[in-house]
Amino acid sequence: MANMNVIVCVKQIPDPATPGALGSDNTLKRDGKLILDESDSYGVEMALQLVDAAGGGEVSLVSMAPNGEVSGMRTALAMGAAKGTLVSDPALQGSDALTTAKVLGAAIQKMGGADLIIAATESSDGYTGTVPEQLAEVLGLPSVTFAKKVTIAGGTLEAHRQTEDGYDEVTCALPAVISVTAGVVEPRYPSFKGIMAAKGKPIDTVTAADLGVISVGWAGAGQSIVSVTQAEARAAGEIIEDDGEGFAKIVAYLENLKVI
Amino acid sequence: MNIWVFSQEASGAPTTATLELLTKARTLAASVGGNVTAFVGGDASAIAGSLGEHGAAKVYATGDLGGKLPGAAVSAAMKAVIDGGDTPDLIMFPQTTEGRDIMSRLSVKLDRTVLTNNVDITVDGGAVSVTTPIFGGNVLVSTAFSGAGPFLAAFRPKSFVAESAGGAAAAITAAPVPELGATGAAQVTAVHVEATSGPKLDEAAIVVSGGRGLGEAAKYEMVEALAKLLNGAPGASRAIVDAGWVPYSYQVGQTGKVVKPGVYIACGISGATQHMVGMKGSKNIIAINKDKEAPIFGIADLGIVGDVHKVLPKLIEALQSRG
Repeated sequence: MANMNVIVCVKQIPDPATPGALGSDNTLKRDGKLILDESDSYGVEMALQLVDAAGGGEVSLVSMAPNGEVSGMRTALAMGAAKGTLVSDPALQGSDALTTAKVLGAAIQKMGGADLIIAATESSDGYTGTVPEQLAEVLGLPSVTFAKKVTIAGGTLEAHRQTEDGYDEVTCALPAVISVTAGVVEPRYPSFKGIMAAKGKPIDTVTAADLGVISVGWAGAGQSIVSVTQAEARAAGEIIEDDGEGFAKIVAYLENLKVI
Repeated sequence: MNIWVFSQEASGAPTTATLELLTKARTLAASVGGNVTAFVGGDASAIAGSLGEHGAAKVYATGDLGGKLPGAAVSAAMKAVIDGGDTPDLIMFPQTTEGRDIMSRLSVKLDRTVLTNNVDITVDGGAVSVTTPIFGGNVLVSTAFSGAGPFLAAFRPKSFVAESAGGAAAAITAAPVPELGATGAAQVTAVHVEATSGPKLDEAAIVVSGGRGLGEAAKYEMVEALAKLLNGAPGASRAIVDAGWVPYSYQVGQTGKVVKPGVYIACGISGATQHMVGMKGSKNIIAINKDKEAPIFGIADLGIVGDVHKVLPKLIEALQSRG
């Protein structure tokens, strides 16, 4: 294949290193700085490698956010993606996974589609884990989820698909949607040159209405949050500093349980 | 209330997660009236007896999928049954790769939301709510389905206890996969099962897991040695699976296996949310970590603040000397 165009779905999330908090509507607060979900960096890297291997084409990004945040997308552009589309709309606040898939699907169609669409198996903040397969259904495409090794030859994708106790070899005609696991490739660090170039790369910002997707946000979600409660905490245990005899404490604990 | 349970088979028997959901579905149906149907992506003749014992009066079976990935195939078969007039109020899925793929496709076909990662479900009149743990399991969110059914929900393994009710074998009805068109293009050409020895990770009475604190892949041997001495199963945090030290089948946590052993020993694991939701149901938790601020100590019954490279060799030696 001379040209290989890949669209990568990326999510911009609150920094997982900072403690998460819920807003007054009981959804995760996303009003601070958002970063590229680390899970998505693998998909971006894989897309760049596949386009390289094909010898031509480009990597585009699609993302959805209730605000105009683009810093996470800039990270992916700095890695080497060419351009992006951001669906930014306050009305998207509270959207469920199905609505997200419909919005991303409409955006991908507006972008002209692609030979391959890549997403992470699940985001690191909401982790519903259904969007890639829902997106495939919205677009009427085949899909290979949990792909951990991907090659493309003669318009056909070959993947190792992770299973509960090993992996399957799977083939699939393109165009297709795949979800990739973390650790599938080693994401490159954006170079200084890449970071500077990313500032000038185009990000097309559209609203859900521009895409013709109606009934988004809470209005479109077939679910409502009833309550949020603290889980029962485990009783505090015994924490000791190892003075060289810590192992003996463990032996005694196991003896007490009669497992040794 | 009519409930379907997406039912999976492994080595000629229903998976434990399937039997857990059937048991819960049976209880729900008994409390509000209704029946339970199992839906199998494949041939059900070997497992219809067990499905029936756990509460399924009927089982829909697609027959052999011929190597097609279940996501597109089984969801299309479910949609065909629904279009044929048998519409469930609720479909319960095990939180597995297959369960997730099928419910995702079906949600688009039916234009219904999906709720995943659940650990409980309640039915109050017509209202169906599910419970999902967030923030490492410290907070529980209860979410109600709104609008019309079928409601689609996935549940983590070990959320319920499987119990046989001694019912008759479920009657099998064929639910063939319709023509899939482009969506059916993904085809399995070979299956690889990674060999493991000793007890299965999600069934072992003792689990010994290693994390990034081990420092390097070779040190995972200590975890395996300890697990073997205790007749337990070795496990791992996502960090070292991502790093390629051990296969994914070893992973405990949100994206890996849910374990609830009698004893869980966490070696060099700090206790990321990702990991804790997969093991905090363990009866006894022992943690060894050199950072005394590590979140794992917040749920440990016995915590050793120390270097795994010093504690583990001594522990292994002490256990070996006991013979």
